[in-house]
Amino acid sequence: MKSQGVVRIGAGAGTSDDRMVPALELAERGNIDYLVFECLAERTVSRENLSRSKNPDQGYSPSLHARLRMVLPACMRNGVRIVSNMGAANPVGGARATRKEAADLGLGDVPVAVVLGDDVSSIVKHRPELRLMENGEPLESILPAMISANAYLGADVVCEALNTGAPIVLSGRVADPSLFLAPMMHEFGWAYDDLPKIAQGTAAGHLLECTASVTGGCFGWPGKKDVPDLARNGYPFADARADGSIVIGKTPDTGGRLDVMTCTEQLIYEIHDPTAYLTPDCTLDITGITLTQDESDRVRVEGARARPRTDTYKVSVGYADGYIGEGEVSYGGIDAVARAKWAAEVVKERLRLQGFKYEDFRVDLIGMSSLHGEPDTRPEPYEVRLRLAGRTRDRKAAHAIGFETRALHMHGPGGAGGACEPRVRDVLAVKSVLLPKNLVNAQVVVEGAL
Amino acid sequence: MSIRVYDLAHARAGDKGNTSNISVICYDARDWDFIERELTPQRVSEAFRHIAKGPVKRYPLRNLKAFNFVIENALGGGVTISLAQDIHGKSLSNVMLAIELPDRT
Repeated sequence: MKSQGVVRIGAGAGTSDDRMVPALELAERGNIDYLVFECLAERTVSRENLSRSKNPDQGYSPSLHARLRMVLPACMRNGVRIVSNMGAANPVGGARATRKEAADLGLGDVPVAVVLGDDVSSIVKHRPELRLMENGEPLESILPAMISANAYLGADVVCEALNTGAPIVLSGRVADPSLFLAPMMHEFGWAYDDLPKIAQGTAAGHLLECTASVTGGCFGWPGKKDVPDLARNGYPFADARADGSIVIGKTPDTGGRLDVMTCTEQLIYEIHDPTAYLTPDCTLDITGITLTQDESDRVRVEGARARPRTDTYKVSVGYADGYIGEGEVSYGGIDAVARAKWAAEVVKERLRLQGFKYEDFRVDLIGMSSLHGEPDTRPEPYEVRLRLAGRTRDRKAAHAIGFETRALHMHGPGGAGGACEPRVRDVLAVKSVLLPKNLVNAQVVVEGAL
Repeated sequence: MSIRVYDLAHARAGDKGNTSNISVICYDARDWDFIERELTPQRVSEAFRHIAKGPVKRYPLRNLKAFNFVIENALGGGVTISLAQDIHGKSLSNVMLAIELPDRT
């Protein structure tokens, strides 16, 4: 049970492919006030921008329909407000789709507050001199191939959207922890200069942003780090109070585990300098944090510190960068590895003879050295799957990799089996720039009547 | 006799661009000093030499019984363009856990 003065914020998704049933469990019996769906990986907005350019009604997360169909009735029944970046490259389109889903479910006319302004492509287009954070080159070098440019907006504009009273808030790119901090700022009136509270809320958001990663997902190890009932692992929530105190919990009667060990792994996850985790809301320092097991499946978070937010937004620039082609085939039994290695040389030679060029090319022996390399020092497995992959500007060259790998059935060393169809995918690369915040016009519009 | 990082700590790998970060979290706080002495950035660089160009930086997190290793140029150019199967390098924590350290006794 939740106690008074506590706002409970649940994590319903940590990626667009995240499992959906645990979110429904949170909505139905997690006693939560907010349910946050974080559904945007680095490339997702680029991909959705391409969808939108083909169909102006699309460009929001395609998982929006299935997710909302599942959770909306329980959320509306229990007064749970939804916050999500599933708007992706088309938050207004996503809001319209959301309202249609609600109407189709018999939930009536549901207004949706939409966060706009993360799409800064028209702004950065005129600033070719901006430096790419990854390599120091000017933005100009990738501008011709640019597909999208989105600023990681902060909790302030999401809080503004919550202030409208709309039961659902939909955004495009917003920093992951900010989605969770926003309901706390909204409920408790925290301002950005209230640094200890902003720090605690940001730390809580970071702990929740990967859902099950804090409740025993991506953690278990048989006999060493056991996770009870992993198949039914539940999603987490944060119990926040106005004074900035935070306790992480999870849906009752679900599987998984939530303890200091799982929280520590997630707290350090994807952090570089632990004294300077940059978000649009603050620069978080996690080195003073202590985690304490309050009771079973409840961990108290204390001691987060922060410095004020910077005056820039990080902007992800997505651009088309050629193609990746792949092929796979298997060898088994005596000398399986030797035949696979010979086959790889044959394919490379055939690609060379056809004049195909690759910016990067890779040979993997799956079952032996595909994850951690060093094929010449690993023990030989009974069977091995050969994988060849290359990146190129030429779609034909990309396709030829899988074509020639499949042809090993008839034209390679003896006993090749089970080749896959040739695979080709578009490369949507991402690089980053910093953009002064005062150039970005983050704003809220409401779809429907409040 | 040697022991492995695996015997003393657990780990998780994360990614940002072409950089991998791997936490090393002691089961027992009393092992923190030993790991600090033995699991140096040089030792980790050596273990990852065939995967990552580096450099490797280590950040102490004593409150959390942990260290954070930040390994640059580790992910085949980064998630969006990497030719690897494990584009995020999620499995790289297991390279860390397999590092052998001298026995304390």
